[in-house]
Amino acid sequence: MPIDQQSIQFFVGILLKIVILFVIGLLSPVGMNWVERRALAFMQMRLGPNRTGPFGLLQSLADGIKFAFKEDVVPLAANKWLYIFAPVVAVVPAFMATIVYPLGPKGVDIPFAASINSFVYSLTGIQLNLSTMDLHVTSFNVGLLYVLAVTSMGVYAIVMAGWASNSKFSLLGGLRSSAQMVSYELSLSLALVGVLIQAGTVDLVKIVEMQQGTYFGFIPKWYVFVFQPLGFFIYLISAIAETNRTPFDLPEAETELVGGFHTEYSSSLKFAMLFMAEYVNMLTVSVLATALFLGGWSGPFVSQFPLLAPVYFLLKVTLFMFLYIWLRGTLPRLRYDQLMNFGWKFLLPVALLNIFISATIALFAY
Amino acid sequence: MFELPIQQLIFLFVAAVAVFAAFNVILQRNPIYSALALIITMCALAGTFLMLEAQFVATMQVIVYAGAVMVLFVFVIMLLNVRTEEARQDRVKYLKLVAPLLFIALLGEVIFVARSVTTTAPPLATTGNEPAFGTVESIGEAMFSSYLFPFEATSVLILMAMVGSLVLARRRTMSEAETLGKLIEESGKPQLTPAEPVAKLEEKKEEIAA
Repeated sequence: MPIDQQSIQFFVGILLKIVILFVIGLLSPVGMNWVERRALAFMQMRLGPNRTGPFGLLQSLADGIKFAFKEDVVPLAANKWLYIFAPVVAVVPAFMATIVYPLGPKGVDIPFAASINSFVYSLTGIQLNLSTMDLHVTSFNVGLLYVLAVTSMGVYAIVMAGWASNSKFSLLGGLRSSAQMVSYELSLSLALVGVLIQAGTVDLVKIVEMQQGTYFGFIPKWYVFVFQPLGFFIYLISAIAETNRTPFDLPEAETELVGGFHTEYSSSLKFAMLFMAEYVNMLTVSVLATALFLGGWSGPFVSQFPLLAPVYFLLKVTLFMFLYIWLRGTLPRLRYDQLMNFGWKFLLPVALLNIFISATIALFAY
Repeated sequence: MFELPIQQLIFLFVAAVAVFAAFNVILQRNPIYSALALIITMCALAGTFLMLEAQFVATMQVIVYAGAVMVLFVFVIMLLNVRTEEARQDRVKYLKLVAPLLFIALLGEVIFVARSVTTTAPPLATTGNEPAFGTVESIGEAMFSSYLFPFEATSVLILMAMVGSLVLARRRTMSEAETLGKLIEESGKPQLTPAEPVAKLEEKKEEIAA
């Protein structure tokens, strides 16, 4: 591959965007954790952590420091290598999914491009020709399938952590989790098929582009309003089950399983990695919900000011993240047989019905 | 300016990982390690598909094989909690003699096929209108036009396997407690002392015994 100035500029741009998404991925657990503890506390008439920094804002940071400096204990009976490797398997696929986040449209004018160019030239003597950028790292033909493929690898982390810990609670938690994730992955994927039929593409950026504009001037062409409301709710329910959150958090049901698959992970960096992977997976699921059902970055004045796009996008994602906390403060945990019955006997047939409806509409409407 | 053979380097890396992991699948004594090595092999194979510009096949390789099939493997191994392969006596001695013969036959087959492979790349899509090679569109078109019959036949086969496993799994006799529960339900009102259904149950037992 010949190396010239243009390709260097291209790769540096991509790298920068990956770093930005990585930082968003790293910071989201910190922020989300604070919101979760405070909001949950208010829902339960408590105050929550409010001592570290203003409003307890630095609490998550303090926890992070604690994670880093606590003694790292590997249980004697554990399978050492798998025990150490499991958190890595959790974190890497979670972060791999971040590269397809469609934060904004293609070809947005970079603000102050000319002054950046001249500034870099005066500093280093390299002539850049920055003008436009895409507000997403990459948009490729199998984007959505890539997310599904990468996130499906996350199950192994939980399975490995549960098995390698060599404890009954961990093993049961791992078994429950793998059964639950495999069951709900089905209805999750089938809920997405409805959107794919309607959009006619698997590329996340193109799916968002299809949802721009309004009907009658006020109904946005988001798929949650147009033909896919059923698919949206199926997706939402199975996404919550897929990320092991309340009311589907059976893999770590405290009252029965102590901590589930991470019982044996003392509060070290390994636990922090498992924890972070869970939150990044929640972020990914929320991003998919936003991009596929809520019109992605679309919103008022985006066509005039394209830099508003990521703002709208992140606002919608935040809405979903808050929904997670809200549900945790509202609903009790399901029983395991209820969970399985609900997934296989209700959600799966409804998802198939949704595909049937979507295909029929597609046959007559397009 | 120099040329980096990046594509070849990535291919060599991915292929080496695939072969190494595949050897691990058969060399490991612990079934969990074997299964995990098989997952790595699947992912590495997805990498080689990606190098061939078959993006759809690559993602499907990960979703179906590494994501779905192997989860079931690992699940079963964990559920049965098989620790290490038990060292058991070789009962069938003659298999040791047959195995090398079969290996040589397979090797010959592979060499025969490998000799007929040409290294020139297949012509990629050129006309612009048709969907690019390896994309979802091109695979979908091929699957629902030229290969419609094999596709439908395969799906019927899978459906048959599913129904068959369901039938096998559901065939079971009712336990005594379940029969009693059913009899209570049939009698109409749930009673505190289910004397009548118990008498019926005894009758049924005698019937079965007779």
